[in-house]
Amino acid sequence: MESELKAELSLFRDNVIRFIDNEIIPHYEQWERDEIIPRDLWNKLGAQGFLALDIPEEYGGYASPYIFTTVLIEEFQRKNCSSLGVPMTVHSDIVAHYVLNNGTEAQKSKYLPKMVTGECVGAIAMTEPGTGSDLQGIRTTAKRDGDDYILNGSKTFITNGQHCDMVIVVARTNLDTPGSKGTSLFIVDCDAEGFIRGRNLEKIGLHASDTSELSFQDVRVPASAILGELDAGFFVLMGELQRERLSLAIGSVSAAEGILADTIAYVKEREAFGKPISQLQNTRFKLAEMSTEIRVNRAFVNDCVDQFIKGSLDVATVSMAKLSTTEMQNRVADGCLQLHGGYGYMREYGVSRAYVDARVQRIYGGTSEIMKELISRDLLK
Amino acid sequence: MRLTEDHIAIRETIAKFIDNEINPYCDEWEKAGIFPAHALFKKMGDLGLLGIAKPAEYGGMGLDYSYQIIFSEELGRIRSGGVSMAIGVQTDMSTPALAKHGSDELKRKFLTKAISGEAVFSIAVSEPHAGSDVAAIKTRAVKDGDDYIINGTKMWITNSTQADYLCLLCNTEGDHPHKNKSMIIVPTNLKGISFSERLDKLGMRSSDTAQIFFDDVRVPQSNLVGVEGAGFIYQMQQFQEERLYATAGTLKNMEDCINDTIDYARERQVFGQSVLDNQVVHFRLAELQTEVSALRALVYDAVDGYINNEDVTLKASMAKLKAGRLVREVTDSCLQYWGGNGFMWDNPVSRAYRDSRLLSIGGGADEIMLGIICKQMGTLPRKKH
Repeated sequence: MESELKAELSLFRDNVIRFIDNEIIPHYEQWERDEIIPRDLWNKLGAQGFLALDIPEEYGGYASPYIFTTVLIEEFQRKNCSSLGVPMTVHSDIVAHYVLNNGTEAQKSKYLPKMVTGECVGAIAMTEPGTGSDLQGIRTTAKRDGDDYILNGSKTFITNGQHCDMVIVVARTNLDTPGSKGTSLFIVDCDAEGFIRGRNLEKIGLHASDTSELSFQDVRVPASAILGELDAGFFVLMGELQRERLSLAIGSVSAAEGILADTIAYVKEREAFGKPISQLQNTRFKLAEMSTEIRVNRAFVNDCVDQFIKGSLDVATVSMAKLSTTEMQNRVADGCLQLHGGYGYMREYGVSRAYVDARVQRIYGGTSEIMKELISRDLLK
Repeated sequence: MRLTEDHIAIRETIAKFIDNEINPYCDEWEKAGIFPAHALFKKMGDLGLLGIAKPAEYGGMGLDYSYQIIFSEELGRIRSGGVSMAIGVQTDMSTPALAKHGSDELKRKFLTKAISGEAVFSIAVSEPHAGSDVAAIKTRAVKDGDDYIINGTKMWITNSTQADYLCLLCNTEGDHPHKNKSMIIVPTNLKGISFSERLDKLGMRSSDTAQIFFDDVRVPQSNLVGVEGAGFIYQMQQFQEERLYATAGTLKNMEDCINDTIDYARERQVFGQSVLDNQVVHFRLAELQTEVSALRALVYDAVDGYINNEDVTLKASMAKLKAGRLVREVTDSCLQYWGGNGFMWDNPVSRAYRDSRLLSIGGGADEIMLGIICKQMGTLPRKKH
């Protein structure tokens, strides 16, 4: 049984790599310049079975073990395609799982099959202009009106904000209690009246990933749009953060592996002082250090994946993984860029993209500082 | 370095110029991927700002180098690294050797124009296969009658598409890589010179950078700076000023970054208090400011030595190494406290983050600085033959 799974997994990995090489890499630079991917790429990814693949078959998914999801994250990151890997993670590992784990039967049947095919692109709107990591400070409101709720507020930095067909919105439903007890999640269809997509934000990296401001002006949704229990939004959020942070950690290690491999190839080619720079001790030691750092983090993340599959991954551990891997990824990207010299500063070189793409990994999904807060809370409890 | 009233007066002139003539336009120039070098340099030349430490007989102010470093330091306030770098190329990277070793005729012909701002200068050293390894350049100038005929390719040349003159380092006669190089002033309008498209860089977006191709370019031998074969030495000396400029130029840049972050963190509320009120944040900013102040002391110390005609290779290299590393640390740490806003393109700190990544690469990479420092410390192994 295990060897069968292994064979299947290896076949799947080959498929993913082939798809990236043939369908993504040739167009990737253009999409980066366009600062968006074509909408139908989502359908292509769906047709390949690359979206929300661990969703049960009754909702159109493939019920693939989690390990297949990790392969997807790994290969998109290793190939330096974070602008796709990140939006796919938001869609498949965050939004689809929010719906699967907290949705009503009607919500699951309505959204999940279309999310698997790519017909429906998902987004999640938590962050607001005034609040990033601090979800307690959310100001978007949902006021009861008969059987409906009326949403008002602004969100920002929303991944898939331009392409999304549905968005999970975090809003205050009870202003008389602290945010942790008076917040709910709503599924909003993007054709709803009063839903306004803002501009596609210009970022220092992840250029092809569309990231937007969204605003909600008297958007009316039925009470059946609530995801999970009323006023219990924070429980839902807390329950889903592990998967999100684990995805980021897997991505960071894989991205570092990819860029290191590219850099090893480069230093063997590039000559200075009459020999390949791979023969300089400084180069060799830097590579050794980076490779060691990657390996340690790889072992940690693989262990986290095992624990996650068993259901025993705790908050402090996944926070350590996110903190450690994303900081490591940034050090490796910086070190690899340095070894590329002047070429590393040119955008046509993959390492320069890896460098700017890496930077946000320490910010979204809870900043490094939030991770330290969570870890220390656990240590001192 | 003791600052006199004259130093302060010059600093104020530059500060005013930056506030009125440069900073209001930085966003526009960043978007355009170029800035109007001729118009800007002419204005600066009219104020005498492009020749502060250059001889008075060629239009300069004839002041000592401490005034020049005050100028460089103030350029760090420019809100677009590409613009300050371009000015530095004109004043501290492509003209020091000409001023020091050029013939009177050459200086009258070219240096005067650099100082007056009538012409834009570039320094052409790096090549596609030879960045920090300057000795490995392949561009060659061969004598033909009274001329040189130049062939080769130069890479990552700042100001190049707008430049009128290049300070070109190339090979002339001989095989010894440190004794076969010469420095030649090359007008860019000569037959046989062409440019690549502007290079697409991670930062320094307002600066035009391109590759330059030389195909049988004919230049009079009188354009040679100093003596033939001394180019490598001249460039190594010229690098001292480049490195002092580059280091001084990061000081206020880092301080602006720290101060912008303090302002932002003071306003931004998180978990019921300002971001700044978190101990890790104000402690971290204190550490960074401490390092910037220490670096300033090192730069000023090097400048004192330079004014006294001491060899400041060691100090200038240490300063450049430290600056390249510190500016990465400062911009990275500050960006973090801006959270998601820090990852956005139109943010002063994210621009500084992208721009400043170049410092550890350009003008001799960190690894080159380390090599020079080791040599000065007597720890660099002798080459085995």
